[in-house]
Amino acid sequence: MLPLILRRLGLGVLTLWLVSVLIFAGTEILPGDVAQTILGRTATPESLAALRDQLSLNEPAIYRYGNWLGGILSGDLGVSLSSNTSIAGIISDRFTNTLLLASLTALFGIPVGFALGMLAAVYANTRIDRFITVFSLCTISVPEFFMASAFVLIFAVYLGLVPAVAYITEFESISQLLRSLAIPILTLSFGVLAYMARMTRAAVLNVMRSPYIEMAILSGVPRGRLVVRHALPNALGPIVNVTALSLAHLISGTVVVEVMFAYPGLAKLTVDAVSLRDMPLVQACAMIFSAAYILLLMLADILAIMANPRIRHAS
Amino acid sequence: MKKEITDSAAPDPKEPGVPGSRPGRRAGPALGARIGAAVVLIAVLVGLFGPLIAPYAEDEMLPAAAFAPMGAENWLGTDYIGRDILSRILYGARVTLGLALAATMLAFVVGTFFGFTAAAAPPLVDTIISRLYDVVLSIPNIMLALVVIAALGTSMAVLVGVIGLIYSANVFRISRALAMDIKVMDFVEVARARGEGHLWIISREIWPNAVIPLASEFGLRLVFAILAVSGLSFLGLGVQPPTAGWGVMVRENMTGMMYGSPAALAPAFAIAMVTISINLIVDDLSSRYGRDISEALG
Repeated sequence: MLPLILRRLGLGVLTLWLVSVLIFAGTEILPGDVAQTILGRTATPESLAALRDQLSLNEPAIYRYGNWLGGILSGDLGVSLSSNTSIAGIISDRFTNTLLLASLTALFGIPVGFALGMLAAVYANTRIDRFITVFSLCTISVPEFFMASAFVLIFAVYLGLVPAVAYITEFESISQLLRSLAIPILTLSFGVLAYMARMTRAAVLNVMRSPYIEMAILSGVPRGRLVVRHALPNALGPIVNVTALSLAHLISGTVVVEVMFAYPGLAKLTVDAVSLRDMPLVQACAMIFSAAYILLLMLADILAIMANPRIRHAS
Repeated sequence: MKKEITDSAAPDPKEPGVPGSRPGRRAGPALGARIGAAVVLIAVLVGLFGPLIAPYAEDEMLPAAAFAPMGAENWLGTDYIGRDILSRILYGARVTLGLALAATMLAFVVGTFFGFTAAAAPPLVDTIISRLYDVVLSIPNIMLALVVIAALGTSMAVLVGVIGLIYSANVFRISRALAMDIKVMDFVEVARARGEGHLWIISREIWPNAVIPLASEFGLRLVFAILAVSGLSFLGLGVQPPTAGWGVMVRENMTGMMYGSPAALAPAFAIAMVTISINLIVDDLSSRYGRDISEALG
């Protein structure tokens, strides 16, 4: 088992390196002069020269890439062009905020999604199953801003239960924090739980096709007990895998939700940086999100390896 | 022939009679898929003829106040500067759906070309193309799009190009897997033994057998392209105002939500209707061809 896991870890590091090349190459695909494009037509020769110097544009690309990667590895993410301050300083608070949003979403979305998936599996091909399947299909299909605006109109405007805007700085207690984050968390959770429910259902029903389940059916084991006691233990591996995957899918949702609710997180920062064409900041943010994504995919694979008894018990 | 391909494309075809499997093949499409097809047809018609039936012009500012509620004059109310929401949705269908369609077609042209090439070409070429696409797939789509847009700026061409190229990775994976499956079948071996060239094998032997699974992939990618076009426009990085894209309209009218105006919800609802409908059709199609939609979501 250990060599397999080590191989997967190695592959993860290699992927991360290739991704860093691709993200860095993003700045190099500009047809003209980067400094000119960033500053626009009004740029003076002096400001152009200063920016070129700041971005080391007079050096070859491979040298700049080396510097950039070396900086990241030593924790120095560079300097933001728009605010002229250290990127590491800007990012740390934002990162914590996004992590808070993501963890609260996971805390709610994953158990609910798992429960719905199990319910659909136990009552497969009944009305309950069809309802859950169609509900999750619809949830996966709609844009995040549709759910977010519908929730705002219903819960904040018409019912007045929660505030419509997530001002994270203005909370005094945990309950107030949860109230102001309720709609963003609910919106994000829907995507996670729909994905989770579909995959849980598929994983359990996949095991349900095994001969030993057929044997159990013939011995008269009731359906609920069959799914929970007989099928679930063997479906746990794929389900744990799916949990990591559905968290990886959270990233695109976070971008929309943070912008919609003006939430001071890393995703909002990334979008702002793109609007300002602050390339060093965009690259740093994209690297952090990609690293998180690769880490989650790697975790999913490693958990799947560990959950497979044939691999686990092979000496 | 159909049966064999279905079985090899899906590792575990859902056999009727086994607990947990779906009921056997139905005679026709399910109710959901029929409703979906009707909605998609309406969306296509609106995309083609929307500007002709719109009660007002796309950029016509009306004497009515901003964020006017729904009523006889403006069925869906007005937006943040007093333009008719319904008219803008009718105009915006062409922009949003057209751009998404263009991006999906680009993804398919590029993805199937490389996918079939990788399957038919020598192993070294296959390895190189596959590894390159692996890297693309290991960055969250949205982050890759943001980096490219930050570098190239916002324009409709960039929007279509970046979405099309990112999704060509998913199309590549599926078309390569399909072609690999079909390639080892007898009729391809026969053609190869006859001495046919790569191009002939791709176009005459592989393509006709891959077209149905690719059709459901097309629907799925189209959904993701609509979400991506409107999502990036919502972030202010896609279609730019005053053009009436559906994603832009959500962005423009968000402030109205605080006063209970549905101006932002209406275009979002239009997107949701179209994407749900396409997915209902795809779900029906793939349930009859043995591939679960969840498998294709990655």
